[in-house]
Amino acid sequence: MYKYDPIDQQIVNERVAQYRDQTRRYLAGELTDEEFRPLRLQNGLYIQRHAPMLRIAVPYGLLSSKQLRKLADITKKYDRGYGHFSTRQNLQLNWPKLEDTPDILAELATVEMHAIQTSGNCIRNITTDQFAGIAPDEIIDPRAIAEIMRQWSTFHPEFALLPRKFKIAVSGTEKDRAIVQAHDIGLEFYKDAQGQMAIKVWVGGGLGRTPILGTVIREHLEWQHVLSYCEAIIRVYNIHGRRDNIYKARIKILVKALGIEEFNRQVEEEWAHLKDGPLTITQNELDRVAKYFEPMPYKTLPAHDAAFDAAVASNPAFAAWVKRCVHAHRVPGYRAVTLSLKPHGKAPGDITSEQMHVVADLADAYSFGELRSSHEQNLILADVQLSDLFAVWEKARAAGLATPNIGLLTDIICCPGGDFCSLANAKSIPIAEAIQMQFDNLDYLYEIGDLELNISGCMNACGHHHVGHIGILGVDKDGSEWYQVTIGGKQGNDASIGTVIGPSFSAEEMPGVVKRLIEVYVRERQDEERFIDTVRRLGVAPFKAHVYAEKETA
Amino acid sequence: MSQLIQLAANGQASIVADEWTRVVPPAPAEESVRKQAGKVVLFKLTGEPTFSAEQIANTHIPATGKILVPLTIWQARKAELQPRLAAGELGIVLATHETAEALQAEFADINSLPIIAIFVERFADGRIFTLGAWLRTRFGYKNELRAIGDVLRDQLFFHKRAGFNSFLIRADRSAEDALASLNDFSQPYQGGVADVPVWRRVNRA
Repeated sequence: MYKYDPIDQQIVNERVAQYRDQTRRYLAGELTDEEFRPLRLQNGLYIQRHAPMLRIAVPYGLLSSKQLRKLADITKKYDRGYGHFSTRQNLQLNWPKLEDTPDILAELATVEMHAIQTSGNCIRNITTDQFAGIAPDEIIDPRAIAEIMRQWSTFHPEFALLPRKFKIAVSGTEKDRAIVQAHDIGLEFYKDAQGQMAIKVWVGGGLGRTPILGTVIREHLEWQHVLSYCEAIIRVYNIHGRRDNIYKARIKILVKALGIEEFNRQVEEEWAHLKDGPLTITQNELDRVAKYFEPMPYKTLPAHDAAFDAAVASNPAFAAWVKRCVHAHRVPGYRAVTLSLKPHGKAPGDITSEQMHVVADLADAYSFGELRSSHEQNLILADVQLSDLFAVWEKARAAGLATPNIGLLTDIICCPGGDFCSLANAKSIPIAEAIQMQFDNLDYLYEIGDLELNISGCMNACGHHHVGHIGILGVDKDGSEWYQVTIGGKQGNDASIGTVIGPSFSAEEMPGVVKRLIEVYVRERQDEERFIDTVRRLGVAPFKAHVYAEKETA
Repeated sequence: MSQLIQLAANGQASIVADEWTRVVPPAPAEESVRKQAGKVVLFKLTGEPTFSAEQIANTHIPATGKILVPLTIWQARKAELQPRLAAGELGIVLATHETAEALQAEFADINSLPIIAIFVERFADGRIFTLGAWLRTRFGYKNELRAIGDVLRDQLFFHKRAGFNSFLIRADRSAEDALASLNDFSQPYQGGVADVPVWRRVNRA
């Protein structure tokens, strides 16, 4: 992974000093709440329901074991001994003290970490697929460009106070796992006819109050121009994006309002002034950064391992874990492992300090000391030898990190909701927990198969409910909490926004609602059809009929 | 004590006396419709007139001295202001919803203006940075570029890198304290209007 040089380290150190002084001035009454707000947000600090919330950046989801140990120690020392991985692959602390945050950032800086621009109206953490660099379907590893973009966007002098937050995702695989279409800018890397790295650029996607999938603004962008092109897009947005209404301030609204042709025209006009200028990335710079993302020192291994095969054959629990939590790898004899942060009945994405230490140890022993966080809120050991999988499983299982539910109904994406977040209209974690408990039978889960269930506690859609096969949105009606259900949402190359099936439900009804949706699916599915495909084939009507028929007779 | 920070050509910052008198139109006779509807309008949108005809007509322009005049006032009272421009006593104030193109349309050579100020109503309005960068890079403006309005020390580093070389700190804050913020970072990653990205500046290999 990327390693700081003295310049990177100096920037992060200077940031800590700057923020320490800003916090001091705020606490001394020299800065008002309103003035301090963007400053703290750009350092990851929210003021939340119970306490501040600190969002620590995990650039494109990559962490070293050393960094994770530091995070474990920080959660122990300054928080309540756990952290929460978010859908932007970042780690959130729910209980830090405002006055401790400069010290926390200083500690993070010692392991090349920070909380810069994890919040606020600026360019946020760049995200990608958790299997970047190892996925068998990868065409281009986008991480070097992602790191160059991280640096470009860090304290960008023009884009510190945009109309609204700005999210960029990069993907370099055949199957999109970074949801490029749900981002302000989505960059899809591919090899062009000349075999050169090129980028397809999506713009104006986003979830939230007005979910819109992005539009392709440029089919072919040479990688050298990615910074100048993005700068052109964001300049147009900075000047013309709405600032009078926070709900209409995202770039997607501007793109819709202008139409993609006019928006594109303005971007081209702007880009004409920037293209081939100093922002053009040099081959030298790409090479310098890319060398940090070179393949790991893999051994030459056989494609099969007899002991592993025997363990799978003789141990159904291990076999179940392998089926759900172990993923293909481009190098023979290696696999990627997802450590599930979704044990049934616990808050999705949460991890204790002790578990962080276990994961760091596992990464050191079995995966070159590195790990990744996924937007599905799990952790990944990307480079595990086949022959080590059994040992990894045993240790992960002992630490409660081996629930074999990845990609299944209980691998729920879930925002912190009303338990922690002051924006939320409703709780989301207890809903996730209740659904997980309702579907605690693993055999039944396997029978249901691949299913993505996403829960958000409010319109902001941090839980990505719009793109869940089943999406649940917490809404506030007359001061009480209700839940609206969508089905048919999907991430990936054929992404779609789910359809609301009808009036909302109470919290108590939710596990039953999901159960009835599944009943329709199990009844109607053909052959190996997944839930999402059945919904796409039949539409929402039969699901709606069954869910609300039950409700009326109940 | 002056609240004006100026950067010399060598980048040295100092607090200096402000030679320019800002021409400010009187407050509008009535609240805007949207404000009456109970919504606070924090940012004007592109294309909205800055001041009403009545406000423009009632704006007092001092007879002598260096004056900073809003673009809309210049547009409406050009004949009266032309001699001041010729004498080097006129600068223009651009609001963040106004465009650099509109300014250029008025002045064949924008470098005939000794000063352009951009007024930011709220510090959180980041349009000021792109406007500054445009004036410096695309429009080739070389003279004083000043940030005025809700200008706080915590944005100065960005103002500076977006091409501003003078900063009128909000009256209730210390310009003295603000000086330090100009140097919050020693080696930024990306280029600003006056420098290139770090990989073109430094050998990082």
